[in-house]
Amino acid sequence: MWLRERSPFVIASALLGALILLFLILPVADSIFTSAGGLYEALMSEGVRRSITTSFYAAFITTLIALILGVPLAFILSRYEFPGKRLIDSVIDIPILIPHNAAGIALLMLLGPRSPMGSLFSGVGISFTDTLFGVVAAMLFVSSPFMIRSAEEAFKSIDPSLEKVARSLGASSFQTFAHILLPLSLRGILTGCLLTWARAVSEFGAVVILAYNPKTAPVYLYDVFVSEGLKSSAPINGLLIILALAVFVGLKFLAAKPTKPVY
Amino acid sequence: MSLELKGVCKEFGDFKVRDVNLAVGEGEYFVVLGPTGAGKTLLLELIAGFHRPDEGRIYIDGSDVTDEPPEKRRVGYVPQSYTLFPHMTVEENIGFGLKVRGVKKEERQKLVERLMDSMGISKLRGRLPMTLRGGERQRVAIARALAVNPRLLLLDEPLSALDPRTKEPIRRELRRVHEAFGVTVIHVTHDQLEALMLADRIGIMNDGRLVQVGEPREVFLNPKDEFVARFVGFENLFEGEVEAVEGGLARVRVGDLVIEAVGGGLGACLVGIRPEDVTVSLKPLSSSARNSFRGRVVEVEDMGALISLSVDVGIPFRALVTKRSFTDMGLRVGSEVYLTFKASSVRLIRAK
Repeated sequence: MWLRERSPFVIASALLGALILLFLILPVADSIFTSAGGLYEALMSEGVRRSITTSFYAAFITTLIALILGVPLAFILSRYEFPGKRLIDSVIDIPILIPHNAAGIALLMLLGPRSPMGSLFSGVGISFTDTLFGVVAAMLFVSSPFMIRSAEEAFKSIDPSLEKVARSLGASSFQTFAHILLPLSLRGILTGCLLTWARAVSEFGAVVILAYNPKTAPVYLYDVFVSEGLKSSAPINGLLIILALAVFVGLKFLAAKPTKPVY
Repeated sequence: MSLELKGVCKEFGDFKVRDVNLAVGEGEYFVVLGPTGAGKTLLLELIAGFHRPDEGRIYIDGSDVTDEPPEKRRVGYVPQSYTLFPHMTVEENIGFGLKVRGVKKEERQKLVERLMDSMGISKLRGRLPMTLRGGERQRVAIARALAVNPRLLLLDEPLSALDPRTKEPIRRELRRVHEAFGVTVIHVTHDQLEALMLADRIGIMNDGRLVQVGEPREVFLNPKDEFVARFVGFENLFEGEVEAVEGGLARVRVGDLVIEAVGGGLGACLVGIRPEDVTVSLKPLSSSARNSFRGRVVEVEDMGALISLSVDVGIPFRALVTKRSFTDMGLRVGSEVYLTFKASSVRLIRAK
């Protein structure tokens, strides 16, 4: 709807809003346009392609793990009250609060080769430093809260009476979850997947510390920037931005089925 | 089938159920009547099995179900806002209980078909709940509950969300369903009229307790305490003292008035008179009614078909007149009127 009200307050709000929008759009647009000439070349580079594949693949695995482990937690949090629930709430917010390289260092201390846990995992052939496991671990740490919160919100928006009715009709708690809760929260969970994937794919700080290799796209970009300078990194930069936007918009479009009204 | 509650207690948030003892017979239509917050919904949810009582036991058909989860109780539950599954069609909603119980598709369809037919909703089969009207939703919700052949049907305020015009047909539908399916019904409401029209027996609930249980007539005529009296419409309720009893008539002092009532027993009591039992006139009536008092109209309240008068006869009295007689008598605030009522219209409620 067109803004009909022309009060000074509304006009001032719109102007201030335009400023921040401009600040968000300009760097992205600038990157894309100045690098336009070198995009194809960047895309043909072996290192770029490999890093992008690593990023997308690791983010996909991360999203899958977050989905399997996060949705049940979201269900518990949305439906039950228990002692310690507020503590759990705070725990879920930790990754959003702390600097991501700090998260990387924390993960390295926990999972590094000389740590007890690291040696436990290396006993079964899993190492977290400079492996895909490390990339996924770092991504999972910073992105899983998005999955948990999205699913939790989705579950909370469902009227608990629906579950009561389902139970009274003979559905077990699992059947109720599968037939009622899950279908009705599908959009919220899909949104959670999207946000988790987007957060994971763009993660740099935690990943670079735990697993410099295999290089993800942001790490590769940083590598080129440091060793070859701004000019060389610009086309890669533009390419990454375009790709990330394209994938995100594409997925969002897929997920944005017409809203199914409740009741 | 039959239901029995023995000493059931539960606290849940702001709601309480306190020491409820109740036996509902097979095929009975039982209405729990009480104000908002009395714990009626919690009582239903205890019977359905969504909460475990803090104390007491619940029996269905003689077997103890207190520790059974809701899906094992075979109790049909229709919550206040019907809550149809929004992502399923009418047909799927009704068939849901059969589906999760593993009834084969063909048999399921046959049963659903028969139910939709019986409830007059066959045309709605493919519709989603959001496209239905209130009355249609209620029919679907009832059909869904009946589909699993429940031992009990629990209805939480089934008429309160309906507009006045839809209420009537759905109320008749409830009666018909009760008779046709022979199912025992527990119906919760705050509406006296609903209780009167549907119930075989009613239970008045206040502050978590069932304060009086009986046939509607009995409860409405002989309230046991002040709360029930007020709730079933004894708007004129005064503290009094029986001074003398003679030939079945009690003389009760209320402030400066002496009211004659049928009944006996000396001492303190509550005196209750329904406003619709009080006749209003401009001159004293020469009738057999034993009580007649002169007073002044202090308030006039238009209630649609009727007008509620507040009359000061030494104590504040409420009386109802039709709009017609209100106009004919030319009543207004300050008019002098006579209030007349029979001794048999006066209820004496003993203080405990």
